[in-house]
Amino acid sequence: MKKMTLHQLNADQAGTVLEINGGCGLEEKLNNLGIRPGKEIVKINESFIGGPVTVQIDHTKVAVGHGMAEKIIVEVA
Amino acid sequence: MNILLMGNPNVGKSVIFSKLTGTNVTASNYSGTTVEYTEGQRNWRGEMVDVIDVPGTYTLDPTNEAEEVAVDMLDKGDLVVNVLDATNLERNLNLTLQLLERDIPVIVVLNMWDEAEHKGIEIDIEKLEEYLGVPVITTAAVKNRGIKDITYHFDYREVVDSDYGSTEERWAHIGEIIENTQHIQDRKHTFLEWFEDATVKPLTGIPIAIIFMYLSFMIIRFIGEGLIANVTEPLFEIFYRPVVTQLSQILGAETFLHKLLIGNLISGTIDFGQSFGILTTGIFIPFAAVLPYIIAFYFMLGLLEDTGYLPRLATLVDNIMHRVGLHGFSIIPMILGLGCNVPAALAVRNLDSKREKFIASTLMAISVPCMAQIAMIFGLLGPYGGQYLLHIFLILIMVWFTVGLLMDKLMPGFSSDLLLEIPPFRIPSMTTVLKKLWMRIISFLEEAIPYMLFGVLIANLLYILGVFDFLATTFGPFLNQVFGLPQEVITALLIGFLRKDLAMGMLAPLNLTAKQLVVASTVLTIYFPCVATFVVLIKELGIFAMMKSAGIMLLTTLTVGGFVNFAFQGGSFSLLGWIIIVGLLIAIRYIPSFGSDFEERLEA
Repeated sequence: MKKMTLHQLNADQAGTVLEINGGCGLEEKLNNLGIRPGKEIVKINESFIGGPVTVQIDHTKVAVGHGMAEKIIVEVA
Repeated sequence: MNILLMGNPNVGKSVIFSKLTGTNVTASNYSGTTVEYTEGQRNWRGEMVDVIDVPGTYTLDPTNEAEEVAVDMLDKGDLVVNVLDATNLERNLNLTLQLLERDIPVIVVLNMWDEAEHKGIEIDIEKLEEYLGVPVITTAAVKNRGIKDITYHFDYREVVDSDYGSTEERWAHIGEIIENTQHIQDRKHTFLEWFEDATVKPLTGIPIAIIFMYLSFMIIRFIGEGLIANVTEPLFEIFYRPVVTQLSQILGAETFLHKLLIGNLISGTIDFGQSFGILTTGIFIPFAAVLPYIIAFYFMLGLLEDTGYLPRLATLVDNIMHRVGLHGFSIIPMILGLGCNVPAALAVRNLDSKREKFIASTLMAISVPCMAQIAMIFGLLGPYGGQYLLHIFLILIMVWFTVGLLMDKLMPGFSSDLLLEIPPFRIPSMTTVLKKLWMRIISFLEEAIPYMLFGVLIANLLYILGVFDFLATTFGPFLNQVFGLPQEVITALLIGFLRKDLAMGMLAPLNLTAKQLVVASTVLTIYFPCVATFVVLIKELGIFAMMKSAGIMLLTTLTVGGFVNFAFQGGSFSLLGWIIIVGLLIAIRYIPSFGSDFEERLEA
């Protein structure tokens, strides 16, 4: 088991959301889009010169800003 | 009876709405706020029922103004039709459980049922009904399936008495529901899914975006020009010309009323583009010259919106938008602004911070010409060749970027980060696209016609009273020296505050050179928004911020207008011009930044 930020995860790699390292507002916003601890997440693409990270959660894709992606801690098997 | 359609964004609520309601649909602002919702009627068992399309929300704990309105509206409803995306049951149930805790009857609609089946998602409806305690209906709204079933439940009035506890307990309960009602079979990736991914990955997504934007542009021009040449102009010539010619003869060419209604006769006949009477040019510009492009633009925009492409564009431009202190989502008001700046100024309110609202509004108002103005630019400059049109857009893009860079550097405060759901690609429902197009055309005409007729009237009165002559001689030398424009252009700048398309029309009789038209078009775009946009911006930003924004606009106008007059020679920028542009962009990099950096932005 390895802990890393969503930002560090490789493209096409899967991980499990462990925690969200941000304020209540950020946590709530991410929860509403299905990103919450325990969920499996697949990174679709890396941040490209500071651009967003796109992830797949269940059947949704979510674009997460570069800065936010550094606040999401995932666990990789 | 009030039926509220509620659900997360992107669940097909609007499609269900347009299938449930008739042609009598109105978009209105929620009182006291600037959030828009749509309302329509349906005849149901001999009774008129109001169906309200509530703004999409993920939660009843509002995080922004649109969500506050959604919660507020609960009090007005007799029944909530909670629309869910069946392919995302788990996330969607969060709102459902929150709704069930409220004291209002709820029925649940699982939309996109066909898509869920296609993706191998099986949901046990009976079990789900047991868990929730309310009727559950499945629909595939785009294919018209299940819409009738919703109406069968319009008189459902049972209120369940549920309490799911804290947020964590609610999610745990949702987990249990999903565990026992949903079964997912893994399916192979389809080509469409591959393409969906390709459109958000920068390496493939950016070329695809360029192709899409280029195609959209070509289609808009094709439809716009086609409608003008084959429909609106012939209609005016065949049916309208005899009417106004007759009127012109009755009034007599030199009378005051003739001047006002018909305008000047150009070599003995009425010229719809140049006569400048209320009933000639005042009617011709909105209906014959601009409306075709409005139709073309909003048709394409509707398609882009309903296929789910725009959020993808937002992620692709996110890093560019960060350079100007915004994030990817702000591309939406910019694109809306290409249709009309008014809805764009309203869309800016969806942004998070005051700083972002200010930057986005100012950039939009400064450098995004509306379709009415673009249509007239096409009409006036089209004959001179594509490179002039291209340069106008190139100049405006550079203005957008430079002013944005400077604002980001010089404004204190922070900007927020992008967080956006990327919906799957969907085939748009033609009913919804056409209904939306119709509403937008109506609102364009309602907005444009009064200002247009008033503008022509004012222009003629000012001209007759000699005010224009006075202004022209006063400001003429300045216009001539800085922008290289003849003194008469001042009248267009004045009227441009009412309608930009009308102002462009006033340039037509002045016999400007192509270069002068380029300068005049850019100056007319940048110097000030039209009064309709101006009023919205004051409401949205406050009078003080708007004055600051207006200052930026005037300063930019002088700089850019003067620069284009100086550096634009024979259809392109001179070498010296390019050196100055590149030098300026490099110099901006070294300006110390007053805005916060990325990390700090996130904390708020």
